[in-house]
Amino acid sequence: MAKVRVNGREISLKANVKTVLDFVLTEGLIPDDVVVEYNSAILPRAYWGKTKINEGDRLEILSFVGGG
Amino acid sequence: MEDILTIGGEKIRNRLFVGTGKFPSIEIMRKALLAARAEVATVALRRVDLKNRGTNILSGIPSGCRVMVNTSGARNAEEALRIARLARAGGLGNWVKIEITADPRYLLPDNYETLKATELLTKEGFSCFPYINPDLVLGRQLAEAGAEAVMPLGSPIGSNRGLKTEEMVKIMVEELKVPIIVDAGLGKPSHACKCMEIGCAAVLVNTAIATASDPINMAKAFSLAVESGRIAFLTGLPDTFHIARASSPLTGFLDTLEE
Repeated sequence: MAKVRVNGREISLKANVKTVLDFVLTEGLIPDDVVVEYNSAILPRAYWGKTKINEGDRLEILSFVGGG
Repeated sequence: MEDILTIGGEKIRNRLFVGTGKFPSIEIMRKALLAARAEVATVALRRVDLKNRGTNILSGIPSGCRVMVNTSGARNAEEALRIARLARAGGLGNWVKIEITADPRYLLPDNYETLKATELLTKEGFSCFPYINPDLVLGRQLAEAGAEAVMPLGSPIGSNRGLKTEEMVKIMVEELKVPIIVDAGLGKPSHACKCMEIGCAAVLVNTAIATASDPINMAKAFSLAVESGRIAFLTGLPDTFHIARASSPLTGFLDTLEE
């Protein structure tokens, strides 16, 4: 199983997760609610389904929260 | 004539901007924004907690209320750029409150990094609202860099201490052409009213509303105070005098009663 870093933590990908879109949906996230950085570059939503996650990749998954 | 603040390509009628942090619930936040008739609300961007996900804050912001992301958490210009770009990729538009704090105790802004971030982000098409320590020279530099407004702090974020920087803010109001929006530290409606009385274009309030025992009522109180101060400023405040000036006529008194 591929090991990747998500939000600073190392995790093992589930077998059925191949792309960034797979990961977002498997985690139960709503695509419109999150922003993704893939290996330090912003990954527009249109590319999530085409972007394969490989061993050692770094993902940042962010969302808007309350703030002043 | 209608009093409109034109800023970031938008026309704003309500000069109370509201931050969305620290509300007891998204529903209370939504009602508070409505009670304030807020037209601008700020949000932050953070890592999703995959184990404990919250509701999307944007779902609680009433339609018609513009959303401005802050770059809180950024410690330098580079990190602020990263947050602004991510927010735009997340569909939040071009408005960004540049907030760069390297001091964890007082959360005071790094003016130098803030100027750098403003210069770079305006070139990328962002409407920049830099949060700063009040300083006229920096204000001029930010205006030259294309900032939509400058946001001097009243006192440290969340401190509720009010407009401790009044003299410097007054100078900025007098000298700068860009709108001055006091951000941070306003704890009471009277603090917000004071900012408007001295000619600030708007104020941003979060903690004092969000952590009130009734945020909805407090939002209304701040909204009224901001409107009141604005009307007073537009009307012109009176001169002050050292000794009394009678309001009632000084003639036509009754005779002194005989003992």
